[in-house]
Amino acid sequence: MVPVLLIGIPLLAGLIGFSLKDAAAKGWSLFASLLVLGVSVAGITLPKDSKLLSFNTPWLGSLNSHFAISLDGTGQILGLLTALAFPIIFISTWKEEYRKAHNFFGLMLLSQAGLLGVFLATDALLFYFFWELALIPVYFLASQWGGERRIAATFKFFIYTFLGSLMMLIGIIYIYFHTRDHSFALASFYQAHLQITNESQSWLFWFIFIAFAVKMPIFPFHTWQPDTYEQSPTAVTMVLSGLMVKMGVFGVLRWLAPVLPMGTYLWGDAVSVMCVIGMVYASLIAMRQDDLKRMIAYSSIAHIGLMCLAIFATSEISIQGVMIQMFNHGINIIGLWIVVFLIEKQFHTRKMSELGGLASKAPVLTIMLVIITLANIALPLTNAFIGEFMMFTGIYSSKSSNYNVWFVFTAGTTIILSAVYMLNMVQRVFYGNTNALTEKGVDIRMNEKLVLGFIVVLIFVAGVYPEPLFRLTGDAVNALIQKMYMKP
Amino acid sequence: MSNYVFLVPLFPLIGFLINGLFRKWIPKPVSAVVGTATILTSFIVSILIFIQVRAEGFQPVTVTLFQFIQAGNLKIPFSLLVDQLSVLFLLIITGVGLIIHFYSTAYMKEEDAPNYAKYFCYLNLFIFFMLLLVLGANFVILFIGWEGVGLCSYLLIGYWFKNLEFGNAAKKAFIMNRIGDLGFLIAIFAMVGQFGSVSFAEVFQQAPSATTGFMTALTLLLFLGATGKSAQIPLYTWLPDAMAGPTPVSALIHAATMVTAGVYMIARSHVLFNLAPVSQSVIAITGLATIILAATIATKQNDIKKVLAYSTVSQLGYMFLGLGVGVYTEAIFHVLTHAFFKALLFLGAGSVIHAMGGEQDIRKMGGLKKSLPITHITFLMGCVTIAGIPPFSGFFSKDEILTAAFASNPVYYIIGLGGSMLTAFYIFRVYAMTFQGKFRGTEDQKHHLHESPPAMTISLVILALMSMFAGVVGLPDVFAKNSNRLANYLAPVFEGSEHSAHINHLSTGTEWILLLVSTFIAVWMVIYALRRFTKKPDLDEPVGLGKWMADKWYVDEIYEAVIIKPLKALADFFNTVIEKRVIDGLVNGTGRLVQYSSRQLRYLQSGQVGAYVLLMVISMVILFAVQLFLRK
Repeated sequence: MVPVLLIGIPLLAGLIGFSLKDAAAKGWSLFASLLVLGVSVAGITLPKDSKLLSFNTPWLGSLNSHFAISLDGTGQILGLLTALAFPIIFISTWKEEYRKAHNFFGLMLLSQAGLLGVFLATDALLFYFFWELALIPVYFLASQWGGERRIAATFKFFIYTFLGSLMMLIGIIYIYFHTRDHSFALASFYQAHLQITNESQSWLFWFIFIAFAVKMPIFPFHTWQPDTYEQSPTAVTMVLSGLMVKMGVFGVLRWLAPVLPMGTYLWGDAVSVMCVIGMVYASLIAMRQDDLKRMIAYSSIAHIGLMCLAIFATSEISIQGVMIQMFNHGINIIGLWIVVFLIEKQFHTRKMSELGGLASKAPVLTIMLVIITLANIALPLTNAFIGEFMMFTGIYSSKSSNYNVWFVFTAGTTIILSAVYMLNMVQRVFYGNTNALTEKGVDIRMNEKLVLGFIVVLIFVAGVYPEPLFRLTGDAVNALIQKMYMKP
Repeated sequence: MSNYVFLVPLFPLIGFLINGLFRKWIPKPVSAVVGTATILTSFIVSILIFIQVRAEGFQPVTVTLFQFIQAGNLKIPFSLLVDQLSVLFLLIITGVGLIIHFYSTAYMKEEDAPNYAKYFCYLNLFIFFMLLLVLGANFVILFIGWEGVGLCSYLLIGYWFKNLEFGNAAKKAFIMNRIGDLGFLIAIFAMVGQFGSVSFAEVFQQAPSATTGFMTALTLLLFLGATGKSAQIPLYTWLPDAMAGPTPVSALIHAATMVTAGVYMIARSHVLFNLAPVSQSVIAITGLATIILAATIATKQNDIKKVLAYSTVSQLGYMFLGLGVGVYTEAIFHVLTHAFFKALLFLGAGSVIHAMGGEQDIRKMGGLKKSLPITHITFLMGCVTIAGIPPFSGFFSKDEILTAAFASNPVYYIIGLGGSMLTAFYIFRVYAMTFQGKFRGTEDQKHHLHESPPAMTISLVILALMSMFAGVVGLPDVFAKNSNRLANYLAPVFEGSEHSAHINHLSTGTEWILLLVSTFIAVWMVIYALRRFTKKPDLDEPVGLGKWMADKWYVDEIYEAVIIKPLKALADFFNTVIEKRVIDGLVNGTGRLVQYSSRQLRYLQSGQVGAYVLLMVISMVILFAVQLFLRK
């Protein structure tokens, strides 16, 4: 019952939202998102074998597809992230006035429903359906409410994701025909590889991987991302970077690596090389950005590259790291976007070269940003350290590839580079003397302090005592790792 | 008491929280009391633990607070280790830390209330992380402290954040440290891969089973980490720039404690280094090279804090020389004495700068002994100690390292002795130009010359006494058999490592000769420098070799040209060419193809891709609804 509510509430609330008055839409969507958060928290407190955690009813009977959704460890942690993110987004951007606000908020909620569906679906066709349901509203959000170059940016976004989705659909149908019981069920998909030759797995891998690679994104499928992040309204950027990129990581974790274990293994080295190149490449580019949004976008590409690398290392430690890093990265990057949003709201620019000296005008904002920055560069006792440490440790000791040690050495340089660009940003925006523009700067308001304060608390709690996150996801990691191919 | 060791880092953490969260509201005296009292409490607890630990037959205690990281077979508890080595460091950190907090209450008096609280808040946080660093019972907890002190160093160097120069120095410190940290991190990954654990006990126990090649790689990675934190070649260039921070910070973080973290880490992992002779040689040679490089630069610097900074780099080189030749106790002994005399010199310099109204250039000082009598005497004590004049502590600690170096390789000894010469020379150059001769500042400064307030002078006196007499804890065996109390105390930690074997090969006669030679050289250099610079201060623009030394051998410029510039160029190439032209070119080409085809199909369809997708989703929703409905 819980997963039905998780998807149903935002779906219904979103549809109702379309018909509301603009003024009411904001409050309505905050209410709905808080309701989802409540359900999500309740779902976590339930025992793992509770019947309430899954729902299954036939759907599209002739195709043997089921409306099957379930809330396991992976679903719980990503569901919690999604449920947590939306109220944070709504509250922190509360002051923003949108044209046709009812449509804006309706689409936001629809996209939440889609996201939750993606994380909960245990039927391949249903997964695909939610995958599209999550993307389409975001496409409209970006193209209707975005910046000046929004049409070009969203067009690029669309080309990438649409081609990816299409290929994935073909892949899913192919696997469907090779399941023993001609079913889209996740369990059947996990058995399908026994009927698919290694050669077929090898090409099939790319059909499915491209969609996920675009979403994460992995080099060289990433160029839509900085443009889209830059051009979208910040609330949408938060959804895109905090949550949607996790769809890609999650997809590989649940729908690719265990479904096509041999395909994943055979291409492991190639994908890992792409990830490593992408990490270094994106970090270097991030160093040269002037626009805050673009810098964070490239930084995110580097961080996600590590997650993908860690999945392909197929080690228990690295995948446990990915699992909690998905959550922590979401929290941190949303925190960064909130800061960017607050700066842009006040000074109408995101260019670091035009800002400066904010620390003396907005000390509270500065402290919050410095802490989030430290989390983003994975300083110990912040949440991201746990995940990054585990991913690197797992990759290093994994036997999945002969080159793992070299991957760690090369990818490790991004630990240094991330400090370079993040501290540069802190210095250029916050330190030094104020200029004509920042002279009139003021510190953040109470509601903004609360939201950022909440994120900061999460950063430390998850960084000092990550035990609850391990407990939440440990079983799921174990189950996944059993299904992946391990080099003997 | 050992079981309550968590109290030691807890108090500074509480101080950090109070000063950090309420800095807007609490008045300055309260911040000062909170900041200092928490360290005092930690110091007292440390002494109580020390009393227990030094007792005969004490067994190390591991206190596990909670489970930190776990996955599969890997379990990393958050646990603290109480043994002779960690407790010795507790005393140094909280002891020197206490004096410096006390000194700061007067030194930072001109800051306004929130900034004053911020200062103590950072300082307490630093002490917290430093304590965690030495208390950690495994490499991950050590690493938490390791990165944490780096963060505090960053925050305190950039304390006056409005000055972008200072901000750059702070950033440089953090980033150079991160380069080292990457080495340290990869070493930890390798430990997990090889031994399946990061706890000291388990790693050290299993280490002999690993190949020498692996141990060499592992220890070199750890050493790379140490070069960052402890400012050795090639990662030392951040430390002189770090002098941008307030002077007490330079004394505490960039001289007495944080920069010795690398020495601590290697001494702690001595079991690993003993298994990798190649790494030991690398450490000894790096140490020697750093001693000479930094000491030559120090002879030509005119900023009083810069001289002391290069001096610190050079003295750390001695500690690494000691580690490299395997005399861990002696290296730790030098950490101890250096903590006192270098903190003393920095605080003395702070007192001078305070009196001079912020002036740091020794060319504009001179003759200060009259107006700053206490600062003068205590600073002189510090100079005598660092120069290696017997019977002050620096003499013993440095010469024990040099003697061991001689036993290991006479060339090491000769180079080390050259370093001693330079040390005596540069420190008395500073002394003479600052306190002797005639005053060379402005009239305005002359009027304002004053001795510093009691909180500062008391601190100086305590440190002066400590630097003079701390030597008694580590008297070498040639003076009196079994008088080296420090060695006896640390013996359980370094048991089984070859540390004193080398020295024992030397005859007592040789040892006496070595001591006399270095004493003679030090005294000669002191007299030479005093005579030369008292009458004729070094005011001319340096030329020739002197210019190279004054310009720091152009190492920063070389790094800029060889590493930073090419990296930026590569980043620009990626940003403008690969990203925009190559990849986006391909994507947009595909996009145009789609648009072109859709134009051809315009008569049949609207050509708007968005509309198709919307249609697709709507039909899927309808399909879904119909299916559910029909099924009933």
